[in-house]
Parts: sequence; C-alpha cells; structure tokens
Amino acid sequence: MKAKLTATAALMMAGVLSLSACGGNTSSTTAGGGDAAGNLDGRGPITYVQGKDNTGAIRPLIEKWNAAHPDEKVALKEQTDQPDQQHDDLVQHFQAKDPNYDVMSVDLVWTAEFAAKGWLQPLKDKMAIDTAGTLPSTVEGASYNDTLYTAPQHSDGGILYYRTDLVPTPPKTWDEMMEMCSIAKENNIGCYSGQFKQYEGLTVNASEAINSAGGSVLGDDGKPNLDTPEAKEGLNNLVDAFKNGNIPAEAITYQEEESRRAFQEGKLLFHRNWPYLYNLATTEGSSKVKDVLGMTALPGKDGPGASSLGGHNVGVSVYSENKATALDFLKFMTSEETQRFYATQGSLAPVLSSLYDDAELVKKLPYLPVLKTSIENAVPRPVTPFYPAVTQAIQENSYAALKGEKSAEQALADMQKSIETAGAGS
Amino acid sequence: MSTGTALRAEQDRGRKAAQNREKWALGRTYISAAVILIWCLAPAYWMVVTAFRDVGFTYDTSILPTHVTLDNFITAFDTSFGNRFGQALLNSIFIGVVVTAISLLIGVFAAYALARLNFRFKYLVLGFILGASMFPGVALITPLFQLFTNIGWMGTYQALIIPNISFVLPLTVYTMTSFFREMPWELEESARVDGCTQGQAFRKVIMPLAAPAIFTTAILAFISSWNEFLIASQLSSDATQPVTVAIANFAGAQPQQIPYTAIMAAGTIVTIPLVILVLIFQRKIVAGLTAGAVK
Amino acid sequence: MATEVGPTPVKAPASGGTPIHHGPKGVGEDNKILSQAKWATWLLAPTIIALGIVIVYPIISAIVMSFQKDAGLDPATGLFTAGGPAGIQNYVNWLGQQCAAPGGGTVACPPGTLGAQFWSATQTTFIFTIITVTLETILGFWMAMIMARTFKGRSLVRAAVLVPWAIPTAVTAQLWLFIFDFQGIANKMFNTSILWTGSEWPAKWAVIIADTWKTTPFMALLILAGLQMIPAEVYEAAKVDGASAWQRFRMITLPLVKPALMVAVLFRTLDALRMFDLPYILTGGANNTTTLSILVINQIRQGFNSAAALSTITFIIIFIVAFIFVRFLGANVVEQSGATGKGKK
Repeated sequence: MKAKLTATAALMMAGVLSLSACGGNTSSTTAGGGDAAGNLDGRGPITYVQGKDNTGAIRPLIEKWNAAHPDEKVALKEQTDQPDQQHDDLVQHFQAKDPNYDVMSVDLVWTAEFAAKGWLQPLKDKMAIDTAGTLPSTVEGASYNDTLYTAPQHSDGGILYYRTDLVPTPPKTWDEMMEMCSIAKENNIGCYSGQFKQYEGLTVNASEAINSAGGSVLGDDGKPNLDTPEAKEGLNNLVDAFKNGNIPAEAITYQEEESRRAFQEGKLLFHRNWPYLYNLATTEGSSKVKDVLGMTALPGKDGPGASSLGGHNVGVSVYSENKATALDFLKFMTSEETQRFYATQGSLAPVLSSLYDDAELVKKLPYLPVLKTSIENAVPRPVTPFYPAVTQAIQENSYAALKGEKSAEQALADMQKSIETAGAGS
Repeated sequence: MSTGTALRAEQDRGRKAAQNREKWALGRTYISAAVILIWCLAPAYWMVVTAFRDVGFTYDTSILPTHVTLDNFITAFDTSFGNRFGQALLNSIFIGVVVTAISLLIGVFAAYALARLNFRFKYLVLGFILGASMFPGVALITPLFQLFTNIGWMGTYQALIIPNISFVLPLTVYTMTSFFREMPWELEESARVDGCTQGQAFRKVIMPLAAPAIFTTAILAFISSWNEFLIASQLSSDATQPVTVAIANFAGAQPQQIPYTAIMAAGTIVTIPLVILVLIFQRKIVAGLTAGAVK
Repeated sequence: MATEVGPTPVKAPASGGTPIHHGPKGVGEDNKILSQAKWATWLLAPTIIALGIVIVYPIISAIVMSFQKDAGLDPATGLFTAGGPAGIQNYVNWLGQQCAAPGGGTVACPPGTLGAQFWSATQTTFIFTIITVTLETILGFWMAMIMARTFKGRSLVRAAVLVPWAIPTAVTAQLWLFIFDFQGIANKMFNTSILWTGSEWPAKWAVIIADTWKTTPFMALLILAGLQMIPAEVYEAAKVDGASAWQRFRMITLPLVKPALMVAVLFRTLDALRMFDLPYILTGGANNTTTLSILVINQIRQGFNSAAALSTITFIIIFIVAFIFVRFLGANVVEQSGATGKGKK
C-alpha cells in the first residue's frame, strides 16, 4: 500500500513540476516573441492548419504546391468547423510551442490577440510581403500596432438584400430604408432584419449600426470610444426599429440561418446577410425570392454604411522551423491565382481589388460589385487583443438595449466601462 | 345450501373483480408505455424526418415526411471533403467498448473492496472518487493537453480512452458499490463452505447475481463514452476522432450555412447502434435476482 | 397490518439475519483486517491511479494557476507580459464581482463583463439543477416502474427510452434549437408564437425541457436496475398481507431502491451543476441562462488564471452540495453498519 501511495504522490508531484515548467513557457512566450528572428532561412516540409474545408479548394491547391516543391511539401491539418474550437486549438498549440503548426489560417478577430501574445511572425523585413493591390480595410484587419502580422486571404462583408418586386430603387441610407417600411406593411411582411441573437453575429450587427452612423467602438488609440452622439444614433436606429416593429420581434432570436430562412420565405422586405445567401436563395427549392433577389450596399447615414469585415488571413508561427518555406507558401496562398481559384471553387470573396472587376468572376458571383463597395467601406471588427471581452461587452449590452431592458445610452455607457476594465486587466 | 351459493357467488364476484383489476392495471400500463414512447420518440422522430428531408426544405414543418431523399445520409458518409464519418463511427465503437470493459473491470474491483472489505480511509477513498467527478470538465482540457503533448500522446486512442475511463469510473464504482451492498453475501459464504475460494465464490455466485447491475452500468458507461465531446474535440486527430467530433465538423456547402439535415442524418445513424446494443442486452438487464436464488 | 409490511419481509431475503457487511468474524480479527486492507489496496489502486492522472493533476494545476495574475498588456510594446503572483485576488474578484479599474485597483464589474455574472450564473445553475433533477427523478421513477412490469412490447419501451440519451449532446442541442425555433415545430404544434430563446423563462424552460428529455433515461435505467434487485416474492408477501399499492411503493419499493436512487440523484446533481452544452448552443447564455461552466469557458478565452480560480470556486460549490447530500440525505454508499443503514428506513 505504501509503495502505491508513494507512486501516486510522485505522480502528483510530477504534475506540479511540469505545471510550473509550463508556467515558465508561457511567460517567456508572452515576454515577446524571442523566436521571431530565428529560422528565417529554414526550408523543408511544413504543415498548414485551417478549419474544416467546405469549399473543396484546399486539397487541389496543396497538391499543386507539392508537385512543384517536392522537398518542401505541405501537409494539411484540418480543425473542426467551429471557430471557437479552431481558436482554442491554435492557442493550445502555440502555448505548447509546437513547431509542427507552421502556417495557419487566422480569423480576422484573432489576429491582434495572437500578435500580442508573440505567436505570429511579423511580416516585415525579410518576411515582408507586397500588399499593394489588396483592399485597404483587409490589410488594416490583418495588422496590429501598425505591423502586418498576417496576409489577407479571403474577405467577407455584409450585403443588403431586398425584394426587387416590391422595392423599385434600393435605399442608400438607413432613413430611406425606414421610410420604405410602409411597403412592407402594405404587403403584410416584416421590413428589415439582420442577426440579433446574443452571439458573435450581434457584435457584427451592432458594430455596423454604430459605424454606419459615424461612430466607432474603439478609437485610434485602442481605447473604447462609445460615449459619442454618433454611437448613440447608430444603436438607437436598431432600438427604434425594434420598438416600432420595422424589425419583427422574432428577429431577437435570429442567427444567420434563421434570418435567411425568414427572408427566403418572403417574410422580409430588407435583409442584412453575408454573400453566402445569394447562392442558396437562388437555388434552394423552398426559396420564394429566387427571381426577385436584389442586392445593394448596407445603408449608412448619408451613403453606403460601414459593414463589419469578416474573413481569414494566413499567418506564420514564430515557432516554425522552416520559415522561408512558410513565407513562400503564404505568398502562394494569397496569390491572385489562388484567390481566383477560391472564388470560383468555393465562392470565397477575394481581397485583391482587381479580381472584383474581373468580368468572368462577376459572371459567376454576381454579388461581387456590391461586395466590393461593402468591403471598401468596411470597418474591421474592433482590432484588440482583448477581443473576447470586447465582443462580450457589445453583445450583452446591445442585446439588453434591443429588448428594451435598458436605454441605448445606458447600454453604450456600460459597454464603455466594460471594455475599459478589460483593457485594465492584469 | 343458500349460504353455499352465496359464497360461490361472492367468490365469483371476487375473481371477476380481480380480473377486472388486472385488466385495468394492464390497460394503465399500456397507456403509460404509450406516453413514454411519445415523450422519448417524438423529438427523435423529428430528427429522423428532418434527416430524410431535402436540404432545400430544411425548415419545412409538415409533421409527415416531405421532400424525402437519402442525400443527407450519402452526404454524411461522403469522404470527398475529408469527412470521415464511417471511420469515426468505428472509432467511437472501439473507444466505447474499451472504456466500458476497462472501467467495469477496475470499477468492479474497487466496488467490491468498498462494499465488502474492512479497511481504514474508506471514507477518504470514496470522497476522493466522488470528488473526482466534481471538477468542471471544461477546465480539464488545457492541463491534459499539456500533459499529453509532453508524453507524445496527442491524437492517439489512449489519449481519448484514459480520460473517458476516469469520467466513467466514479459512477461505475458508486453504482456497483451500492448494488454490492444489497447482495445476499451469505451465498458467497456458503459457496466457500462448499470449498470455493473467495475469488471463485465471487465469480461463480456473486457475478451472475450482479448481472443486471453490471449490464446496466455497462450501458451507462458506454453511452457516457459515446457522448463525450469536449475532450475528444481537443485531443483527437483525424484518424482517431469519434462521431461526436465528426458531426461537429459537418460543414454546409456555404460558409455560414448550418447543415441541419446532414447533422440529423448523422444523429440518426449514431442512435441506431445504441438501440441495437440495448435490444441485445435486454435479457441481461432483466435477469435480475430471482426469488429462488436466495434459497 | 401495514406497519408489519415494512422491513421484516424485506430483510429476510435481502441480507439474512447476520450482519455480513464486515465479512466473516472470528479468530484473528486483527490479521483479517490487515489482510483485507492489503486486498483493498490492490483492488482500489487502478481506480485511484486512473483518476489521479486525468483528474487530480488538472485540479492541482488549476489551483496553482488560480493564484497567478492573468497576462497583461505592456503599453510600450503592445505585447502581453506574464502577470505574476496574485494571491487570492482572483477569488476575491469573483466573489465580490470586482473588475480591474483603468487606473489600477478594482471597481464593481459593469454589466457586460463576465465578472458581473458570477452570482446570477450561480443562481441559474442551481435553478437548472433543482428543476431538472426533480423532474428527472419523478419521471425516471415512473418510467422505471412501468418498464419493470411485464407486458408485451416491454423491450420496445426499454430500447425507446434510451434513444434520447444515445443521441450525442451536440446533435440534441441542435435538434432542440431547431424545434424551439420561432417558426419551428414546437410553436406550430401548440399553435403558439413564443420566442423560446428570446426571453428569460421561455429560454430557461427550453433548456430544462431539453435536458430533462435527454437525461431522464439515465435515471430510469439506474432505478430500473434497483427495482430488478427486489425479489418478486417480497411483493407477493406484501400483497397476501393486504398492503395497498401505495403502501407497497412506500414500504418496499422506495426503501429498497433508495441506494440506487440516491446514487442516480447524486450523480445527476453533480452533472447538472456542471451543465454546459445545452444552454451554450440553445441560448448562448443569453437571458440569464449562463451557467457556471459557460462562465468558465468564456473566461478561459479572456484569461486563463482567472478562469482557473472560477473553476476552483465551482468545484468547491459542487463539493459542498455533494457533502450535504452524503451527510444529510443518506446518499452514502458506505454507510457501514448494516443495522444503522437499514434502521434509517
């Protein structure tokens, strides 16, 4: 019995020891990417990590690369389809300083966090890439503290869909759209909806409302900037629309799919959603808007509104041992040819300005011109290493405001304070 | 004479009343069974109906199947986009069987010790085992990840099996302990008088009596392992991932699209082995302590 | 009459006359106990080791981390720096719902921070636990009693009961989200237009219904196993003695199933206190459906050490509940002396 107990105790001790070793790891990691200068010339096989591929594009691309680079082959590691789990998986591997995660697909909103943790190789000096033809808002979303940490790969922006049979000319501003709600009333359908359930999509919609009215969530200094008349006007646009029924009450339960369904069933006049709706609404058997689907930029204060930016970038881990190969692969993944392939094969919106005017692509993806306007006017979701706290603050408070549990003013004040405490955390 | 007739009539009435009562009781049983069936199966029915529905009509609310198609099942097993649902199904069965077998084996030992043997620190051991099932599962992942990375176990079967065993063990030990305490142990005594060793007595006399409890516990253990997702989502690899992870990986043809129909098809497929399992074990669960066993 | 129905016929077949729980007594009592201890060590070792690796190690690591500050941002470089030791500050912050203030020190957490949700999450967790476990116990007991009867189609019912449980939680949650959709089948069937996930109590009930549906089979099966162990002749004897159905239930079924029932209730309670996936997928924690486990996982993404403190607090809360259970409700499966154990009935 004693022997066993000793064994167990030893095991526990080992646990504590290895734990403190891990603590050591983390602190040296966070102290600032000491490895960023190493292995810059390393060449050899690497691994590319991304979420579940649902486009069928990544495998042919990697095969093509491998055929051309027999000594620097790329292995594909697919994560799950859930963004949260992809994030956690990357964090786990970074914390373990895993050299086998060389190149990875990074969601826009993780960029700042990973950069600030010192996990991403800054794309400067020897690792610099050319971003001349890339849409500026996507470059902004890929940078942290004015340094580019990831290469924009594909983008996404909001589109205002509308019914061409009921709306003769699409609205350019929020106020115009609200006036047209009388059409919806005559036809006994809802007027407008985005996504308003308390989840990431609400951050997208609330930020769009605030940005479109001229406000912003974070100021240029990275501090919250919500105590402004513009922010209040933006949030109030949504709050009022809920109050007067221009946004139907059930929209408080909508994520992308629920709202898409309401629009496709002909229950909405205007609808904010991502480009993916186009393909489904024009092909699905149950869609009632197949032939009457209109698209335009999101409505703003005086002109096009400011969409929230979605999309993924490609980054290189500081722990990679073959960074020269990694950089070449990163360039390959963001090349014009690859972006064109992604657009045709997987309907993913490119980040290169020129591709949006490509006649052949526009023929295949008719929403590209509208999307270009959307992305050109887009504001990245708050670029901050405290993104999880910021999105929590926005979601919870704007949700309360939309439900009429607190005034827009109060909600914004609470958001401001919440984000301040997140930044103060240590 | 007349008293005799009256008596017979009385007995007759009594028999009829008893029969009526039995009929009535049986009727109530069937009604209750029907209610249970509806409660358990109605949502599952909706899953199956949705599983057979064309993806373009995902949100149809007709109660009966409409737009019937097998596409979702084909999609579920389609491997062209890197889905490995078939492999994942086998993984889950393999992991479940191993976890169930091992945790039952060592759990039964522990339960026997706790129910039958006399030793110090018994309460401490019980408290420890119970305490092990109290920590929020979500907080276990990161330390386990680090541990398994350090010893090179990431993505292996044992990295999924060992945590699962620990999750299942406390319940196994507690259940078996509580059943063992209710066992007629004097049978073991008499077996030993008849010349059996303690081990033989346990194997030949006690185990058969404990069968229903053991099979019930086995099912609990298997399903618990079958349902595990959190740990598997972080510690499995493409080759070892169980169905729960595979289903979470189901992706729609479009980025934001949630492929409800394919998810429901997968849910339907995943449920079938469990139902078969229960039907096979049926007799074992029922084979309880018959009255005669004690004599 | 009824008073005689109770323990007497029960005890006879189940445990005989002699107290056998201590094992055979006789000469060399001390040696016996010693050899039993040796046996016990060998029999328990695998269990202890398995739990030690997977559970104890993470618990210790979490406790150590909970006394560290989370990494903070160095304003000069924009990079994170390790936080250093925190003492019990993380715990104080959670319990007092305090957040770091911009100028240093702490302020009451404003709405929209995780810190502001601690007590409401605790309350929600308990509400969910109490309602779901109660419903599941009652329903589970009822189902088990039906399944224990002999009737045609019994095996069908037994298999059907397991269906909800066999469906992985990830699918279950999606299924119920789908059912409770505003235009979903639930509103259609009952001809209502409830915003199930859009306000507090409908959202809570959505979670409770989904959880009850999913986990009642667990209860039912464990209780059924308990029922199977009651010899049929005990009921026969009681019937002959003229005990009514209610008396039979109260005097025979309940006491004899109690050990199995208590284990089931105990483990369901511990599970319910850690409820995560269902509310997370159904409501995202909105409308006061954030449980402690959801709070932990949200906090893990914001700061690991503070999350470790929160998991430790959750652990302690659950521990207290379990302690109360074992001490006062008799969920103790090692109640040693056979006499006192049975006497409680």
